[in-house]
Amino acid sequence: MPILTRLFIKTSFLYLIAALFIGVALVGRSVWQLPAWLAGLSPVYFHLLMVGWVTQLIFGVAYWMLPKYTQKQPHGFDGVWWATFWLLNLGVLMRVVAEPFRIASPAPLWGWLLAASAVMQWLAGIGFVFNAWLRVKER
Amino acid sequence: MPKLSRRYVHMAFFNLIWGLTFGGLLLFHKGVPLTPLMWRLLPLHIELMLVGWTVQFVLGIGFWIFPRFWRSRGNETPARRAFWLLNIGVWTAGLAGTLNAPAEILLIGRISELGAGLLFVLYVWQRIKPPGTGAWGKKRV
Ligand code: HEM
Repeated sequence: MPILTRLFIKTSFLYLIAALFIGVALVGRSVWQLPAWLAGLSPVYFHLLMVGWVTQLIFGVAYWMLPKYTQKQPHGFDGVWWATFWLLNLGVLMRVVAEPFRIASPAPLWGWLLAASAVMQWLAGIGFVFNAWLRVKER
Repeated sequence: MPKLSRRYVHMAFFNLIWGLTFGGLLLFHKGVPLTPLMWRLLPLHIELMLVGWTVQFVLGIGFWIFPRFWRSRGNETPARRAFWLLNIGVWTAGLAGTLNAPAEILLIGRISELGAGLLFVLYVWQRIKPPGTGAWGKKRV
């Protein structure tokens, strides 16, 4: 299993665990005295599962298993793959931080962080599709 | 990778790009407001990402890697029809939500997605099998 696949998959499992913790916290608000800003984590919970875990797991397995691009460049363009990994994860982490802080504080910084997170996740998706599209072929 | 898998997976990528673009616009707007109309994109974002991307990618790869009957993948017609129903359903349901179309249109989209799911599962069921068996568990085909 190539290193980037291991990174994608292990990171995705960390997000799965994080999402399950947040799932506990969201429901725990009705049982324990927890801070109000936790409510801002509701979209984060769902997107950690679907983007941080499922989509990232797919990226990692696709890097590994799709037909080779060429003998010399089996995975396609590795620089773009690495950019995809960092953009996706920085983008997701920025959303995790900015969504609740945006509710807790009116500072425009959090809004801009959310906007930057959107751009980074978008670029990560484009990078993935660029590489993977080329490898979806007969052999 | 067989032709039908390539069709599924390429279409999954196409939907990922659009679903991500609409989700990205929404997230940007949540942080730095652009126009309240942006929220109209939410139903299309959800339909494209959940069914158009995630589900479709898994189905396409499943068609490729599940056990075969010797060299054949059996009668592929239901899986081919499922591809069309899935994508017509995703875009019909997504656009209906986003354009505030009558509920009947949204329903047609969702029924089309259901039809795709039923056809694909019916097709793929016989390929989830031990090695060396034919359709529905018959020995050797
Ligand atoms: C497989 C990936 C994804 C799936 C299945 C998905 C699905 C969904 C669903 C079901 C909702 C409505 C639930 C909610 O409001 O929390 C939603 C909302 C949203 N999604 Fe996604 N999404 C995905 C990826 C993304 C990505 C990559 C972005 C941004 C770059 C994004 C941005 C948003 C935004 C801004 C909302 C509105 C959240 C709110 O109500 O405040 N989504 N998405």
